[in-house]
Amino acid sequence: MLYREAGQFKTSYAADMAIFPIRQDRIALIILLLFAFIGIPLLAHFQLWPLGSDYMLRAILIPFLILALAAIGVNILVGYCGQISLGSGAFMAIGAYSAYKFGTGVHIPLEFIGTEIKIAPLPVLPSILLGGLMSAIVGILFGMPSLRIKGLYLAVATLAAQFFFDWVFLRVKWFTNYAPSGSVNAPELSFFGYLVHSPIERYLLCLIFVTLFALIAKNLVRGNIGRQWMAIRDMDIAAELMGIRPLYAKLSAFAVSSFIVGVAGALWAFVYLGSWEPLAFSIDRSLQLLFMVIIGGLGSILGSFLGAAFILILPILLDQVPHALGVPISVETVSLLVFIVTGALICYLLIVEPHGFARLWSIAKEKLRLWPFPY
Amino acid sequence: MVVLGQFLEVLIGGLLAGVLYSLVALGFVLIFKASGVFNFAQGAMVLLAGLALVRSLDFMVARGIPTWAAIVLALLFAAVVMAITAALIQKLVLGPLVNQSDLSLFMATIGITFVLEGAGQMIFGSDVYPLSLFPTDAWFILDGLFEGGLLVNKLDVWGGLIAGALVAVLAIFFQRTKTGRALRAVADDHAAAESVGIPITWIWFVVWLVAGLVALTAATVWGTKLGVQFSIVFLALKALPVLIIGGFTSVPGAIVGGLIVGAGEKIAEVYLGQQIGGGIEYWFAYVLALAVLLVRPQGLFGERIIERI
Repeated sequence: MLYREAGQFKTSYAADMAIFPIRQDRIALIILLLFAFIGIPLLAHFQLWPLGSDYMLRAILIPFLILALAAIGVNILVGYCGQISLGSGAFMAIGAYSAYKFGTGVHIPLEFIGTEIKIAPLPVLPSILLGGLMSAIVGILFGMPSLRIKGLYLAVATLAAQFFFDWVFLRVKWFTNYAPSGSVNAPELSFFGYLVHSPIERYLLCLIFVTLFALIAKNLVRGNIGRQWMAIRDMDIAAELMGIRPLYAKLSAFAVSSFIVGVAGALWAFVYLGSWEPLAFSIDRSLQLLFMVIIGGLGSILGSFLGAAFILILPILLDQVPHALGVPISVETVSLLVFIVTGALICYLLIVEPHGFARLWSIAKEKLRLWPFPY
Repeated sequence: MVVLGQFLEVLIGGLLAGVLYSLVALGFVLIFKASGVFNFAQGAMVLLAGLALVRSLDFMVARGIPTWAAIVLALLFAAVVMAITAALIQKLVLGPLVNQSDLSLFMATIGITFVLEGAGQMIFGSDVYPLSLFPTDAWFILDGLFEGGLLVNKLDVWGGLIAGALVAVLAIFFQRTKTGRALRAVADDHAAAESVGIPITWIWFVVWLVAGLVALTAATVWGTKLGVQFSIVFLALKALPVLIIGGFTSVPGAIVGGLIVGAGEKIAEVYLGQQIGGGIEYWFAYVLALAVLLVRPQGLFGERIIERI
C-alpha cells in the first residue's frame, strides 16, 4: 500500500523525465542521503552503536564507498557498453600513481632536447581529478582494440593493460619518486585549506565523491550517450546501421569508465590506504571489481553499490561468524574458506539470478506495487 | 659463433619453456571447442591435479610403497580426483547454466577457480611441495659445433616429448574414437548433436575430464619445474595470450602459440630486458597477444569469426 504510484500525475516534461519518477523513491533516497551525510557522522561522533569505534568507518564504510565508485566505473564499461574488462585494477593504479605524481610535483627531464618539464605540486583535489584524467587517456588507448575485437578476446587484451601497468609501477622508479622500498605515501589531504584527517572527515570526503559521481553516472546512462552504449552492447552491428558511431560510443565508454575508476583508485590510495605498493592494484582487484558488477547486476548503478557491499562484507562475515560462535579456526583456514565460499556463491548467484541483486530489487518493487494482491 | 650459440641457447630454452604454456593452453582449447566455455579455471585445475598427485605420492612413499608403484597409484588417484571434479563442475555449475551468455559462463569458471584453489589447498595443504618425476639436470648438446655446447634443461626436453605425445593421443582420440567424434559433433552444434542421440551431458563431462587429465599432465611437468604451489595458477594465466596468438579453437594453434610466446619472451628478456629494467617476461606475452589481436583477431590458426545479424 505504501509503495504505489497511483495518483502521481506527471504534468510537465520535466516531471516525466525526472531521474527518480516515483515519489516514494525520492523520499527513500532523501532519507538515505540524510542518514549517510548526517546520521552516520553523528553516530560516529557520539560513538553510538554500531559506530562505537572507528573500525566500522575505517574498515567497512570507507572501502565500501570507494569500491562502489570503482564498480560504477566498471559497470559503465561492462554493464552498459558490454566491453568486458579485466584491467580495472590497472586503471585504479594509474589514477592513484598519477594523482601521487601530480600531488608531489612532476619533473620530466628531457635532456636530449635540452629542456625539462616541471609542474609544481598541485593541491589534492586537482591531483585526484587529473589522476582520473590520465586514467581516461590510457583507457582510450587500451580501448582501441575494442574496435576490432570483442567479448572474451577483449578481456584478454585488457589483461595486457593489467600486467603491463603492474610492471610499470613496480619497475619504473620515476613513478614512485625513487622510493627505495617501492611503497609511496599519500600527500596530506588538504582541501581549500581544510585538512581532512579523522575517519569521519575521510568518510564524508568519499561520500561526497561517490554521491556526485553516482549522480553523474546515473544521468549519463539515461541520456543520449548511455543509450548509445546500450545499443552497442545489445548488438553492435545493428547499432552501427542505425547511425551510432562505434568508435565514439566505445571509446567514450572506455574514457568515462576509466575516469571514474581512476578517481576511485586515487581515493583508494590517498584516503583509504595512505601508503601503498603496486600490489594493491593487482589482478585480484580487477577480478573483485568484476565480481561486484556481475553479482550486483550488470547495467545498474544501484547494483554497483549492492555488489560492492556484498563482496566487501562477505570475507569480514566469514572471519567474524566462526569467532562469534566460538569455533576455533586458523587464519589460513579462514582465507581459504573465503575463497571457497566466494567462488561457490558466485556460481550459485549466476545460476539462480544471472541478473544480479539489482534484478532482485526490481522484482521486490513489482511485488510491493501489487501488495497485498498476488497479481 | 659465440653470439649465435648464445642466441640458439636462448631460443631453444624459450621454445621448450613455451611447450609448458602449450600444455596448459591445450586444456583451454579442448573446453572452448566442445562447449564454448572460456575456462578460466584451467590453472586452478593444474594446481589441484598437482596437489593431489604430490600429496598422495608423498603419503605412499612415506608408507614404504616402492616408488614406481607409488607413482602409478598417485597418478591414478589424481586422475580420479580430476574425474570427480569434472563430474561436479558439470553437474552443479555448467548443467544449470546451459544457454546463458558467454560472460555468465566465463564468470562461473572464475567462481570455479576460487572454489578449486580454496578446496585444493584446504584438503591437500598449501605449502610448496617439491615433485621430482623427471630429471632436472642440465644437458649439453651440439658439443662439436659450439664451444662448450648448448645448455639445455632435461626437464624441458621431457616437457616437449610429453606435449608431443599428448597432442598425438588427443588427435587419435578426436579423429578415431566414437566419443571423440561425438565431441566434435557437439562442438559444431549442440542442438543438432543432441537430436541425433548424442548424450550431451555425458559429452560435456568427458570434455572436462579430458581437460582435467591434460591439467594433470601439465602439473607433472610444472610441478617438477617449480614445485607444486599456488603460483602455478598465475603461470596458467600466461596460457591466455598463447590462446590469443594461436586461436581459441585450434589444438595446433595452442602448441605454436606456446612456442611463439615462450621463445619471444625469452629472447625479449635477454636482448631487450637489460635496456628497460628487466622483468619484461611478466607482460611481454600479453602485449604480443594484443599486437596479434589487432592484425588477426581470430589468431593464427583460429576459425574466421563470422557474424550474422
